[in-house]
Amino acid sequence: MSQQALRASVEAAVGDAHRREWAFVLAATLRVTRDIDLAEECVQDAFAKALVTWPEGGLPASPGAWLTTVARRRALDLLRRRDIHDRSLPLLARSGTDDAGQVEEAAVEAATEVPDDRLRLIFTCCHPAIAPGSRVALTLRLICGLTTAEVARAFLVPEATMAARITRAKKKIAAAHIPYQVPALDELPARVEAVLDVVHLLFTTGHTAPAGTELVRLDLVERSIELARMLASLLPDDADVAGLLALILLTDARRSARVDSEGRLVLLAEQDRSSWDRRAIMKGVGLASRALHQRPPGRYPLMAAIAAVHAEAPSFEATDWAEIVGLYGQLAQVWPSPVVALNRAVAVGFAQGPAAGLAALDALASEPALAGYPYLASSRADFLRLLGRTSDARLAYEEALMLTENAVERHFLTQRLQQLDR
Amino acid sequence: MAEYLVLIYEDESRWESTDPDTAGQIMASHRAFSQEHAASIRGGNALQPTATATAVRRDTSGGHTITDGAFAETKEALGGYYLIEAADLDEALRIAKEVPAPFGGVEVRPIRVLD
Repeated sequence: MSQQALRASVEAAVGDAHRREWAFVLAATLRVTRDIDLAEECVQDAFAKALVTWPEGGLPASPGAWLTTVARRRALDLLRRRDIHDRSLPLLARSGTDDAGQVEEAAVEAATEVPDDRLRLIFTCCHPAIAPGSRVALTLRLICGLTTAEVARAFLVPEATMAARITRAKKKIAAAHIPYQVPALDELPARVEAVLDVVHLLFTTGHTAPAGTELVRLDLVERSIELARMLASLLPDDADVAGLLALILLTDARRSARVDSEGRLVLLAEQDRSSWDRRAIMKGVGLASRALHQRPPGRYPLMAAIAAVHAEAPSFEATDWAEIVGLYGQLAQVWPSPVVALNRAVAVGFAQGPAAGLAALDALASEPALAGYPYLASSRADFLRLLGRTSDARLAYEEALMLTENAVERHFLTQRLQQLDR
Repeated sequence: MAEYLVLIYEDESRWESTDPDTAGQIMASHRAFSQEHAASIRGGNALQPTATATAVRRDTSGGHTITDGAFAETKEALGGYYLIEAADLDEALRIAKEVPAPFGGVEVRPIRVLD
């Protein structure tokens, strides 16, 4: 192998390890340092060292274990220099059993037996005492290994703003002693939900980007799928986790059909169903039906079930709309939200005709949370158009246009407006 | 272990219009809370209403301005506090959830340890 080819293959291997192992290595190093910044620094050093060492010594059998050993050894070195007993350092709070002084060099060497601390890290990042926006940022930074600049780009904010947000959240973790541990059993369901909400927000932000020229932000979608998979492997018996993974897989299975060759939005009704990802659908339907067996099913299993009904329908017209109306009704029980009510109203329109749909939508007109929501206006417009009320439809499309900044969505609405004139 | 100040913020007007029986029950629930968490509680007090507060601010000429009232006029005012010790924020929040505060809620602030 030429020098160049060797370097390229090592770079690919390090990049791969960064994607797969970052959270594991950081979580294991954090157990030694109890200081997030120091742990991040040591893990970055370990990846930098891999780029230098692996071309000479060859790829290690277990890159994660190699990186963990190097990062933890580096951490021990730095801690000794810093004086491990310096109590003025803001340290992570941990459960009583493992004490700071107990980290032995031997334990650091045996990285293959390092317990998987990723769940601890996830629960720390998504602690309800941290502001919701910061939970997402910390998760991308600490679990997915994104740089602050990448996290800032993901949320379209200046890097300095994002850096300040992350620093503030890390300070709170240390100062308020937000624990580095998996919550107690009685608190687990609520805490898992907080984690799932972060992953779901990440997915929805990527699935329909709130602004910009692309409908889908692939980087965010892929990160959310990886996170949902990671959670499903760490909490295999949790129905809500399975439900979220199913929901994401089933929704994302339609990705390539959602825009046409020129990047224009294609609605569910007009999508080419043969281009849906059948493997993702099979996996999602399986997960969703297992998740639904939990009684009563939670928010994510129900949303996954709705996505599964769509995924399995041979065509838009042949969709089991009555089933979808029923599932939205159940969802509204466990997750009362104006958006759920809106989706239910739209489904009523397909199950019982546009007049019934319009009536259901108009019942939501006074809902303040939907006032700035473009889908209420665009759904009303669609039903008005089907009922032949062209001038009312025009007003509603124009209202929807004022409410979205996404270029692909705007183009779609403009087209609908033009079609009214024909 | 860490220390936290649990600040009780409640709607003072609700307190003023409370009948003596209800007020007595609330005070009894504070006593019960204090007994149950005696091992964690390091101190605590109820405060007189904000109408009794006096604000002292340093002015630009090096003197002080004395004004009637609290720093911030809000619907929910600081009415009392507990100083507690807990292993971490999760344990502090478990205790904080049991602090009687029928007319508002509590805010949990970690005590800053100075070198």
